[in-house]
Amino acid sequence: MSVTGIGAAVRRKEDHRFITGQGHYTDDIDRPGQAYAYFLRSPHAHAAIKSIDAKAAAGMPGVLGIFTGDDLTADKVGGLICGWMIHSKDGSPMKAGPHPALAQGKVRYVGDHVAVVVAETLAQARDAAEAIAVDYEPLPAVIDTANAAQAKTQIHAEAPDNTVFNWHLGDKDATERAFKAAKHVTRLDIVNNRLVPNAMEPRAAVGDYDRGDGVFTLYTTSQNPHVARLVLSAFIGIAPENKLRVIAPDVGGGFGSKIFIYAEETVCVWAAKKVGRPVKWTADRTEAFLSDAHGRDHVSHAELATDAEGKILGLRVKTTANLGAYLSTFASSVPTYLYAPLLSGQYDIPAIYCEVDAVYTNTAPVDAYRGAGRPEATFVVERLVEVAARELGKDPAKFRMQNYIKKFPHQTPVIMMYDAGNYAASMKKALEIIDYKGLGKRKRDSARQGKLRGIGFSSYIEACGIAPSAAVGSLGAGVGLWESAEVRVNPIGTVEVLTGSHSHGQGHETTFAQLVSDRLGIPIDNVSIVHGDTDKVQMGMGTYGSRSGAVGMSAIFKALDKVIAKGKKVAAYVLEADEADIDFENGNFKVKGTDRTLDFGSCALQAYIAHKFNGQDLEPGLKEGAFYDPTNFTFPAGVHICEVEIDPATGVTRIDRWAAVDDFGVVINPMIVEGQVHGGIAQGVGQALLEAARYNQDGQLVTASFMDYCMPRADDLPSFDVGLTVTPCPSNPLGMKGCGEAGAIAAPPAVINAITDALGHEEVTMPATPQVVWRAAQKSIRRMAAE
Amino acid sequence: MATVSLTVNGKAVTANVDPRTLLVQLLRENLRLTGTHVGCDTSQCGACVVHVDGKAVKSCTTLALSLEGASVTTIEGLANGSALHPMQEAFREHHGLQCGYCTPGMIMAAVDIVNRRGNDLDEATIREDLDGNICRCTGYHNIVKAVAAGAEAMGKAPMRQAAE
Amino acid sequence: MYAFTYHRPATARQAAGLLAKKEDAKLLAGGHTLLPTMKQRLASPAHLVDLGACADLRGIERKGRNVVIGAMTTHAEVADSAIVKEAIPALAFLAGHIGDPHVRHRGTIGGSVANNDPAADYPSALLALGATVTTNKRKLTADEFFTGLYETALEEGEIITKVSFPVVSKAGYAKFRNPASRYALVGVFVAKRGSDVRVAVTGAGEGGVFRWPEAETALAGRFATKSLDGLKHKADGINGDIHADAEYRAHLIGVMAKQAVAQATGK
Repeated sequence: MSVTGIGAAVRRKEDHRFITGQGHYTDDIDRPGQAYAYFLRSPHAHAAIKSIDAKAAAGMPGVLGIFTGDDLTADKVGGLICGWMIHSKDGSPMKAGPHPALAQGKVRYVGDHVAVVVAETLAQARDAAEAIAVDYEPLPAVIDTANAAQAKTQIHAEAPDNTVFNWHLGDKDATERAFKAAKHVTRLDIVNNRLVPNAMEPRAAVGDYDRGDGVFTLYTTSQNPHVARLVLSAFIGIAPENKLRVIAPDVGGGFGSKIFIYAEETVCVWAAKKVGRPVKWTADRTEAFLSDAHGRDHVSHAELATDAEGKILGLRVKTTANLGAYLSTFASSVPTYLYAPLLSGQYDIPAIYCEVDAVYTNTAPVDAYRGAGRPEATFVVERLVEVAARELGKDPAKFRMQNYIKKFPHQTPVIMMYDAGNYAASMKKALEIIDYKGLGKRKRDSARQGKLRGIGFSSYIEACGIAPSAAVGSLGAGVGLWESAEVRVNPIGTVEVLTGSHSHGQGHETTFAQLVSDRLGIPIDNVSIVHGDTDKVQMGMGTYGSRSGAVGMSAIFKALDKVIAKGKKVAAYVLEADEADIDFENGNFKVKGTDRTLDFGSCALQAYIAHKFNGQDLEPGLKEGAFYDPTNFTFPAGVHICEVEIDPATGVTRIDRWAAVDDFGVVINPMIVEGQVHGGIAQGVGQALLEAARYNQDGQLVTASFMDYCMPRADDLPSFDVGLTVTPCPSNPLGMKGCGEAGAIAAPPAVINAITDALGHEEVTMPATPQVVWRAAQKSIRRMAAE
Repeated sequence: MATVSLTVNGKAVTANVDPRTLLVQLLRENLRLTGTHVGCDTSQCGACVVHVDGKAVKSCTTLALSLEGASVTTIEGLANGSALHPMQEAFREHHGLQCGYCTPGMIMAAVDIVNRRGNDLDEATIREDLDGNICRCTGYHNIVKAVAAGAEAMGKAPMRQAAE
Repeated sequence: MYAFTYHRPATARQAAGLLAKKEDAKLLAGGHTLLPTMKQRLASPAHLVDLGACADLRGIERKGRNVVIGAMTTHAEVADSAIVKEAIPALAFLAGHIGDPHVRHRGTIGGSVANNDPAADYPSALLALGATVTTNKRKLTADEFFTGLYETALEEGEIITKVSFPVVSKAGYAKFRNPASRYALVGVFVAKRGSDVRVAVTGAGEGGVFRWPEAETALAGRFATKSLDGLKHKADGINGDIHADAEYRAHLIGVMAKQAVAQATGK
């Protein structure tokens, strides 16, 4: 391992610009002559729009244009799309209502886009928006996930009972048989709380239009600029792809919320041509709360069947998933194919059956948020397993190990073929780190202080590296999920790698360069990673689902293979040897069994000057591209153990220690991987203890600022003990599995299992705020007194 | 419009601004110092933290006009020429940043902690004093490490600290 | 924000003059409540009178048996003041736990007191310590000053110039923070001066800061945490929201009161 190669904790190349304030985020971009957009948003959760009168507003100072849904229709601008088709149990396609970028006749959630004002300044745009008279006829709002299908009010004409689909996966009959044969059944009602992603950089867009050549440029906060261009071009109809450039510069965190194609960027880029000026919009935090796609929001009933020895026989789940008022870009895939196929967890479960009803409500659209479906599945499985162990009087760690899958490959009853893993190894290492043996003493020590101590396990698994294109195509995906790479070697041997993976905190500029440095044997400073611009990178599918390593780097790996192969041909001419006799190692092409070598830089120069070979026999230049389509999902897995101490007097839960042992396969940069784990755990702890997006019955979001939506802060969290085990992933050339979402997936059940262990009963909901825990602790105290 | 004169990163600045202009707008829009960010509207996230007369403040909750005669230091003014400030160096060394958006405010807050509490900082103190800065990426683990290391390094580099 | 005219007087007297002359004028102290409110367009004064340059409104001094704090003194200055730490350490502690470090560098005691946010920390200290609020026109006791939710006895054109805190023998403050906003979900300030014990509660009351007479009586007997054993505040009149309902808040009043007494007695 070199100091900059695979496996080295290389300090990040991108950091210098961020720590000196020289990053380039979308809101940092000002175009000459730029105007500002302000969106007039619905104050109602559900209302018919009887009229919009913008006459007075249009005459106000600085106003350049006011547009409504009718203007988009007149210009044949299409609605926003959902790119994954789900079919119901009866075979019927999902029932999707239209999703106009600006409302047409109706608004369906607070924050829905009614009109846009473009003006010289933001203040003028906002002033004018306040002068637009909208005549609303308020309609009853449908808010609750569990009751949406029974509501009398219908949100979309296309979706009776506010139901998008009734979907299922697994073998119902086999599962019923398993439950009949069971000695014990564990039952749980579970609410997976609704979250707001809250990347620290609010979404922003700058639309620009060049009248000379008819090209649109959109600067936007996107995790996948090429997908944005594809959707804006092919479906929404802004412009053909060759006339639409999408640039996602530095992006300040995404966590899923910046995958999607939203109304605001659609309108900004369209309006730029309309008003003949660049148009900028930057969300304030309140707008972000109202209009970013939210995450989670499941209500489930789950059951686990076990035999007399504690062997798991079957698992059954019925889930209602709230998709909000409209179907966001990938909304339908999250509670289906990103959820149910993970319900086997790390366990050998012969029979699984899952039903999912997806409903519309008058709330913000819900889509992928860090983990996307997999945290929901893991929460169901790991709560069930923990409670089952308690009910059976078994040690939760041993009960898990008893039921772990031990042979690979393993075909689960819910699609997935797990390829490699060693779950017990992670468990054993985590037990050591947390000092499981010392738990009894620590519990007694806490009790002496009047505190309650508990431990919680989470043996999570996720399916990452999404995904084999043909496989997801057969499941309803509208796109392929490969990744592209282009390796451009310059004549003196420096390298640019153009990748479709976008980096918004993950450190690709470093890890991708490590791979190149390692394989080509060149200094890491000679490698630049280029991403986020559709004019530079030909095509890409973007960053989400922990796929940039397993898929994005595999594409680079493949392109590097081609570069090396081409380099060998060049070297063969230069070294006057047979191509088959050329080896490439440590940055040198070498004739086998001789001391004749050509270093990589010299080879690149020879490839470009083309003096040593005939251009008809070998193309000059050294630039190769590749598309990599994965052959399987990857299956990162691990064990997180959380230990909490609760003050029953206040209900405050303090996380005392955290052990995380993850198997991400081969790790390129352990420093960056650990950072991903830390951040993921923090988001998972946030879900478990602090965060909840709450609507009142009128559909007003009552947690629409950091005053009421509780973001994890430094003093809410402990330091984390993070360890790794490694089983290389057999399905990609680097053996990588992915690490971006693990913490967020693993953490919530670990925390809740620890709290319920401390309290001695299971009646704790997320977020387990001090009030929730205090009330639950009162119940524990009453029960103890009664016993 | 009204005029305000102040010092920003050691340079005298006079600006003619709408009275509504916040310090962060003066920095970002008038002076094009875009390292200072805005992450919320309720004075909580700390992405906008800069130093005014040596003290950390939220530039999103400070009127530009109220800074007549004040001395403002932003993330762009922290390094001494090409030499990074020890706290900047520590954030890189300890991987105290991911997306980078909260980072300028976080670093300015960290330097302020050291200015107030000295160079030997324990974990609890750092966590408590980072109360006014939200990071969504790092889980704070490495930020806490970076602040402790940066604080120690600042103690060993008194000249640089004085320059700030 | 809506447009306004900005004024920056150099003295409290000039500020009072502007306030009297200008229609729809508002005072700007630290700005950490007013500016966010204006950004949301929920407040729109025509004139903003910034007290930031009024040097006569700043400073902390010991005057006999009182600690006198100028209205524009920041929370950080109070928290770090050797005078306050020596005379009324609980007051320095309280100031050091308002908001976050950056907020404490701008936020002022005068601004906090004048706003009388039901979740602000300072009102509890004023009420429990029996402080006196001095304005450009008169002096008001804390009991007279706080009149309701965001309501004070301040009249048009009146400016707080200083707050005077009597030095007490024992005092303590405990705060249960709102996990999101970090304001006081419940804050309890206890103070003992001679035989007089006062317990003031912030964050919890439907009508803002209030005194808890039952706890005062209990502590007047013996100033110790034990005196509060079994004493519960009733949930009537206690506010409830998504973070804490009235029952939980009422419970926390008891818990925080004990913690405050423990701090005051060093136990």
